[in-house]
Amino acid sequence: MPTGYSANDLVLLLPEIVLTTGLLVVLVADLFTGRSRQHWLGWLTIGVLVATAVPIVALSGHATTAARGLLAVDGFGAFFKLLFVLAAAITVLISRQYLEVEQARPGEYYFLVLCATLGMMVMAAGIDLITLFIGLETMAVSFYVLTGFLRPNRRSNEAAIKYFVLGAFSLGILLYGMSLVYGLSGTTRLREVAVALATQSDSLALKLAVVLVAAGMAFKIAAVPFHMWAPDVYEGAPTPITAFLSVGSKAASFAMLLRLLLEGLPAMAPEWRGLFYVLAVLSMTVGNIAAITQGNVKRMLAYSSIAHAGYILIGIVTATPRGVTAMLVYLMIYAFMQMGAFGVLALLRRRDVVGDELKDLSGLFFRRPLAAFAMLVFMLSLGGIPPTAGFMGKFWLFSAAIEAGYVWLAVIGVLNSAISLYYYVRVVVFMWMREELESASVHPSPGVAVALTVAVAATIIIGVYPAPLFELAEASAKTLGMAPRVLSLR
Amino acid sequence: MEGWLPIVIMIACGVGLGVVGTALSQLVGPRSPTPEKGAPYECGVPPVGDARERQSVKFYLVAMIFLLFDIEVAFLYPWAMALRDLGWVGFFQILVFFGLLLTGYIYVWRKGVLDWGSQEGL
Amino acid sequence: MTPITPAHYLVLSAALFSIGLIGVLVRRNLIVIFMSIELMLNAVNINLVAFSQQWQHVVGQVFALFVVAVAAAEAAIGLGIILAFYRNKETVNVDEITLMRW
Repeated sequence: MPTGYSANDLVLLLPEIVLTTGLLVVLVADLFTGRSRQHWLGWLTIGVLVATAVPIVALSGHATTAARGLLAVDGFGAFFKLLFVLAAAITVLISRQYLEVEQARPGEYYFLVLCATLGMMVMAAGIDLITLFIGLETMAVSFYVLTGFLRPNRRSNEAAIKYFVLGAFSLGILLYGMSLVYGLSGTTRLREVAVALATQSDSLALKLAVVLVAAGMAFKIAAVPFHMWAPDVYEGAPTPITAFLSVGSKAASFAMLLRLLLEGLPAMAPEWRGLFYVLAVLSMTVGNIAAITQGNVKRMLAYSSIAHAGYILIGIVTATPRGVTAMLVYLMIYAFMQMGAFGVLALLRRRDVVGDELKDLSGLFFRRPLAAFAMLVFMLSLGGIPPTAGFMGKFWLFSAAIEAGYVWLAVIGVLNSAISLYYYVRVVVFMWMREELESASVHPSPGVAVALTVAVAATIIIGVYPAPLFELAEASAKTLGMAPRVLSLR
Repeated sequence: MEGWLPIVIMIACGVGLGVVGTALSQLVGPRSPTPEKGAPYECGVPPVGDARERQSVKFYLVAMIFLLFDIEVAFLYPWAMALRDLGWVGFFQILVFFGLLLTGYIYVWRKGVLDWGSQEGL
Repeated sequence: MTPITPAHYLVLSAALFSIGLIGVLVRRNLIVIFMSIELMLNAVNINLVAFSQQWQHVVGQVFALFVVAVAAAEAAIGLGIILAFYRNKETVNVDEITLMRW
């Protein structure tokens, strides 16, 4: 009987260990720093994230498993972990100014951001049902609190309640599906599940399990018809958290979905392909049409993120290496453009202005030309206009769909992109409107400036020269399910 | 994609059961509310005062924290059962586990949640 | 008397899951909704332990233990959130959570 962990595991789990230690340090540091020195916590958090990124990069070449086959250490996991660390860093950078305006204590906030990041990393690396579930919950519970972090704010309260109730509900559904998968296969290790289920793909209970797992995960990625929570939660949550939620939580859920479907349930591919085909079409269409009617930019971006979940689901429907590569590329690009757009919105938050209505953007070009230019880039990219990164992402997704024979899916995607242009361009038009509703100027802190610069630069550079990202994603996607199978202790 | 019919039927049955149940109780159920029926049940004794007395929020906080630490102990039982097989590695793992719990405890303590006298921890 | 087979447990857990599911969908009090969700999680636990018995190994029980622990953490968080909401609004009725509408 193998006992516990080996010394090798300590090396392979270094990113998680560093992050866990770091988040505890942040929590304790918060207790022992006075109010006047709280801003150092932000830089401490950035330091923890940088320290986490180093071992992730160092371990990205491995293709093995750690902790007795509970976690995979491979390129696929490393790609997503880097994405999460990046998103968390941008979140922290755009948070400080926002928290000061809201007069919220930053210590617990940064701690929870790091906890959520840790949960996401486990979701991307987990190859065991229990590990994936624990990762998902670490992330979700942190986000429930972060969503309701502005306690005196009733919108924030409401958002937290809605997110919590629907999140816990979806967890129940997902777990019921997982328990059926375990019952039918007799194991929780995804790769052993795949072997055990290969011969019983026509069992009715298994189909039910796939439906339940798909529904539970569809809640997490906010795909129609499981999207009801997203607009309210995105609107009510603190803006930097909305950004992190729409990027990090979504990417982590997609990573977990890929692990579940491609490593654990490949035998059921015809079934889940059909399910996600329907979800993708519904998400794209409903998300885009609902976004047109919104007057609140955060709400509009929430519906647009539902539509983007639809585009990304195309990659799952194809289930080809090319489709998965396109998903990875798109998620990375989406991280930059979505975080950037919310960064500009967070910048507009001032003492007396919420700053998330369309009219709050009017005249931004004349007040803050650089911020307006950044927003222009993000909107064009979200709409998929060349030469921005968003265009390249959509191009690969749709071409992967065509290559896999899903021409109609690509056509629906292109039509929806055209619809989406309407509301993205409307934001741009508002920024160039002459009438300034109020003259108070917006002063970006160094953190926000750095975050926006990075996001703009990445959005443009990937749009012009996408080859490195594509090659990285291609190499990462290849490692999915490639780690050698380990013997379990049973 | 065939063989989905039973699932559809199951979903229909599930939805139907809920709809029929609530609809029947709305339509068929006789309604004659009296003050006695609406009153909270207190073992046959006439209720004295409002049952919804405000409790100090401290109770909720302490109860929640008790709940959390209590549940974590559930992990100790399987560990104790397997201690002989796990050996020193298992011992150090549980120390890490306790270290994490201890950090949480220090946090709760420093926040003043355990201090019943003051109002600061709220 | 017929022996109790895994199928019996599955029927029990399916019934419990459905009760929880319907509870979430039709009840209007946040606390009751929350209790219904706990019912769903307990249905999952019955499943896991029954399968664990059927396969004759402990993995399912370990899974159930983690579900219990996570459910407790969720309960604490959830009650905290509901409490924060109640302080601002003095209600736990979902029909009155109306600040944002879709």
